[in-house]
Amino acid sequence: MTIGLNQYLIVAAMLFTIGIAGIILNRKNIIVILMSVELILLSVNINLVAFSSFLGDLTGQVFSLFILTVAAAEAAIGLAVLVTYFRNRGSIAVEDINMMKG
Amino acid sequence: MNAAAAFFYIFSTVMIGSAFMVISARNPVHSVLFLILDFVNAAGIFLLLGAEFLAMIIVIVYVGAVAVLFLFVVMMLDVDFAELKQGFLQYLPIGALIGVAVLIELVLVVGAWNMAPASIGAAGAPIQPDVSNTLALGRLLYTKYVYFFQAAGLVLLTAMIGAIVLTLRHKPNVRRQVIADQNARDKSDVELRKVPSRAGV
Repeated sequence: MTIGLNQYLIVAAMLFTIGIAGIILNRKNIIVILMSVELILLSVNINLVAFSSFLGDLTGQVFSLFILTVAAAEAAIGLAVLVTYFRNRGSIAVEDINMMKG
Repeated sequence: MNAAAAFFYIFSTVMIGSAFMVISARNPVHSVLFLILDFVNAAGIFLLLGAEFLAMIIVIVYVGAVAVLFLFVVMMLDVDFAELKQGFLQYLPIGALIGVAVLIELVLVVGAWNMAPASIGAAGAPIQPDVSNTLALGRLLYTKYVYFFQAAGLVLLTAMIGAIVLTLRHKPNVRRQVIADQNARDKSDVELRKVPSRAGV
């Protein structure tokens, strides 16, 4: 039994779904939300690399590299904002983040 | 079942399971550790797909940098995580519903979809079997995609400066080096003494 493109795509779809569900389930915990976003980006990477491998085109891996860069930058900025917010408010609950509301 | 298929099923099962544990673990430290397991298994899947360079980059960047950053922040912040976990059961039905709907849609799309035969031969950058993955990626990245590569570097630079600006704080009562003052010192302010050997000042 050989593993085709569809198996990889279904695994990536399951990972993507878990990421979406994680964002909805952990509405109060922004750290887990950020981790769910990482899961979603990883599933997109798996999709790109699977297509790259099965189409014989290296471009998908280049794009995957760029997504990796953006994911690293996003995690760094997100956690820096989180640390600053925690210093100012002493809490990271998502529903407390409404100071900009008019 | 051959070895590649067996490894594919092992990697994907562990990856999906640990991704599930990431979103459902009670302790965020456990979440981060499961995230690391998830990334390692994703690296295994990338190896199976022949993307060796990306697999190693996943291990270095995600496991070595991003996951450790998460672990650092989770352990540094003194937060009552049990309180943050409270709405979990309340959101479970709607979360499960949306998750199942998204999954069904994606599986239907993947199941009913066929690759156009013309797209197989239309590769813009075909993978050559006699060139290693890293070499081929480098040849493509530094020639055709060099501007995107520079833009990626710019994104990382912005992220680095932003993270430093956001988290750096100047405490009072801490003496710091002021290089401008050091450079502006006059020579007459400094006294040079010749100290004889074994005699002291």
